Amino acid sequence: MGTIIVGISDLKLATPPDTLVTYALGSCVGICLLDPATRIGGLAHVMLPSIKVSPGDTNIMKFADTAIPEMVKKMEQLGAFRSRMTAKIAGGAQMFGSPALASTSNPSDIWQIGQRNVAAVVATLQALAIPIVAKDVLENYGRTVLFDPATGIMTVKALNKTVKEL
Amino acid sequence: MNARYEDLSDIHIDVLREIGNIGAGNAATALSVMLGQPIDMTLPKVNLLEFNKVADAVGGPEAVTYGVLLNLSGDVDGMIMFLLNKDFAHLILNILMGGNYSSFDEMDELALSAIQEVGNILSAAYVKSIAELTGLFINVSVPEVNIDMAGALLSVPIIKFGTIGDKVLFIEENFQSSTQSVMSHMILFAEMQSLNLMLSKLGLA
Repeated sequence: MGTIIVGISDLKLATPPDTLVTYALGSCVGICLLDPATRIGGLAHVMLPSIKVSPGDTNIMKFADTAIPEMVKKMEQLGAFRSRMTAKIAGGAQMFGSPALASTSNPSDIWQIGQRNVAAVVATLQALAIPIVAKDVLENYGRTVLFDPATGIMTVKALNKTVKEL
Repeated sequence: MNARYEDLSDIHIDVLREIGNIGAGNAATALSVMLGQPIDMTLPKVNLLEFNKVADAVGGPEAVTYGVLLNLSGDVDGMIMFLLNKDFAHLILNILMGGNYSSFDEMDELALSAIQEVGNILSAAYVKSIAELTGLFINVSVPEVNIDMAGALLSVPIIKFGTIGDKVLFIEENFQSSTQSVMSHMILFAEMQSLNLMLSKLGLA
């Protein structure tokens, strides 16, 4: 049994007994997908909401609106079905700046990127008709996410906080 | 004209290294003035690093770190992130405030604002050297601070500049007081256009 590490702007698939982990999500968002019938799981670590803001960028794993469809496609190639998939998401924190700073700043501002990433992930999953069954998002702290396709449990660890099993 | 960090030549990188060296020297001087005691510095290591490797270079993505983030505006559009590990933060606090700090859990409001000020002074020393060398006007924002996992703190500048390339200018410094040697990391994120402007002001188009 191995633990597969998912980097920044990266996505990986796993089937039991392998598990997936991505470290220290800040404003980035981690998306765990599972097809419970085949136990095919995937974890993506996206940095930005949409590839549309970065024309010419070829790393589709960087953006919520391209990474999630890519992960679904790869899981389907292994025999998973989109109609059975469920999603669990974590991350999208505001790491710096007071809440006041975020609420008064321009919506396109860097301080609100966590919030915009979460919104883009939710919209992309909705468009693909994949239900979000658990989430641990926003707030102001970093998270490490582990995903076990055998149980479908997403474990979220944060500094000085109780470990959450979602 | 370089479009991405990957397009920079060895000469460009050497020039950036030199800016990093001078900035680090100024930062050490500023730190000795603030602490009222001599602070020596070994020659800093200056590298262009892939952003996936930055967290590893500061002790791993989950390493608990004090982060100070400053926004640069004016002629240069960028951010500076200053990462202090536990030893560095405690050394400074113990000298500055005569306390006996040994863990992040003990940080009170006063300690946090002292660290914020140290980050502010060190970052300003870097920015001042860039501005003086290039003749560019650079405005520095009030620093934002947080303690968390290094990877999570780094996500903010990496996201902001993630669209222009996958590399950053990474400066590692060893500061030495009379009793202790501590390490700090300074990371400069700049829009490619700003970096090109800096290089052209230094005679490298």
